[in-house]
Amino acid sequence: MVRASLEADFTEVWLEGEISNLRAPGSGHLYCTLKDQSSQIRTVIFRSAVLRLRFGLEDGLQVIVRGRLSVYEPRGEYQLILDHLEPKGRGALQLAFEQLKRRLEAEGLFHAQRKRSLPVFPWTVGIVTSPTGAAVRDLITVLQRRCPILKIVIAPVQVQGTEAAEQIASAIHALNKLGSIDVMIVGRGGGSMEDLWSFNEEAVVRAIAASRIPIISAVGHETDVTLADFAADVRAPTPSAAAEIVAPVLSEIVERLDMLETRCRQAITSQCLERNQRLDLMSVHMASIRFRILREAQHVDDVVAAMREAIRAKLKQVTATTQEWSHALASASPEGRVRHGMAIVPQLRSRLMGAMSHDLKRNEQHAHAYLDRLNSLSPLAILARGYGILETMPHGQTIRDINHVSIGEQIRARLANGQLRCTVEEVSPGSSV
Amino acid sequence: MAGVKFEQAMARLEVIVGELEKGDLPLDESLKIFEEGIRLSRNCLRVLEEAERKVEVLVQDKNGKKQLRAFTSEDIDLKGSTGES
Repeated sequence: MVRASLEADFTEVWLEGEISNLRAPGSGHLYCTLKDQSSQIRTVIFRSAVLRLRFGLEDGLQVIVRGRLSVYEPRGEYQLILDHLEPKGRGALQLAFEQLKRRLEAEGLFHAQRKRSLPVFPWTVGIVTSPTGAAVRDLITVLQRRCPILKIVIAPVQVQGTEAAEQIASAIHALNKLGSIDVMIVGRGGGSMEDLWSFNEEAVVRAIAASRIPIISAVGHETDVTLADFAADVRAPTPSAAAEIVAPVLSEIVERLDMLETRCRQAITSQCLERNQRLDLMSVHMASIRFRILREAQHVDDVVAAMREAIRAKLKQVTATTQEWSHALASASPEGRVRHGMAIVPQLRSRLMGAMSHDLKRNEQHAHAYLDRLNSLSPLAILARGYGILETMPHGQTIRDINHVSIGEQIRARLANGQLRCTVEEVSPGSSV
Repeated sequence: MAGVKFEQAMARLEVIVGELEKGDLPLDESLKIFEEGIRLSRNCLRVLEEAERKVEVLVQDKNGKKQLRAFTSEDIDLKGSTGES
């Protein structure tokens, strides 16, 4: 009865407060207490309302709610059954965006390490966008203008509405499966935050993060930032910008190829030229070396000649000196004197002989005279007068004293015509006469 | 993928030009990589000339199987019944 009365009187209640004591049991309904500084009330959000929520509820969140008052009869408590909640001070979408962003970020989905680099020369570009509207036309136009040879594969999807997120995610998956796509552009033209919402949906963000093929996100305008942008490998501010980023300019590639080929040719030509020059230089150098060698050889010849000349001169000088010395030696030789001496010897000899024979004759005469005189004085003459001389034997000393001989001694007696050997028989002193 | 090969070829060509311009290699090496460079450059140009140049659409057939078919001007629906506003 109370419940019927309350429900009839309070069909639409608006409240503002902070969520606390939030509980989410298996039923899918949510329970929490809504409070402000002075009061609080129990609230319930049934599953159908929970599914409509764009953002997640959490304790401490300031919300504005709409509901109807009711009584939970088993406990006799009254409660507010909420059918609409919105965050206070900001939009529900903004909050949902922040909440999902925080969650996926925590999972590492936006991590810089996950980013793949774009191919420098993509051959096939996949585009996930609406087949209608300006974005797809801009993309095709810019891609073909820059690089007419690009192959473009469009995966048409709805980019807003309830099915959009699912379509975008499955298109990303399908293009990955094709295997021929080098790079992918996922995006749409500008719109409200509601319009762009699909690109904030978890399914899309996860599909982008999971893509094997590098993805450029291009959602809305420069100022629009979606979670798809965070997950993509590169964020382009607009679809046209994405096309500019993806497609190289064909004419520039061709030009670069031409330039590279030209540089190749120039380099090889200049290398050949340089080598030619070096060869020339070397041959000039060789010639100069040859000249130097010849000059050196000439110098050697000169030196040899000079040496030869010097030796010859020295030899000559030495020879001259030798001759001089040998002349001197020869002239100093005793041979001449010997010869001279030899010549003089017979002369001297004859002179000697002459002198000697003269002397000899004179001396002979002298000798004869002396002999005559000697003869007259000689004991022999005395002997001839009958005297004898006694001499000792064997020495022949004249015996003048009888004491000089002894009895038995042999003595000699010289007489004028010979000698007598005598033996002393008696020694008688006194005068013999 | 052709794009990767092309990129590698261009990178190799750049390296070759760098080497040739440095001029450190012996002449026969230089001539060898010169020939390689010219061949690469020619191949790259030929690949560019022979590229497919087409736009295709990934569509689902009656059995739900996805297929590629040529993109025509009718594919751009300016009335915007399914796309953005």
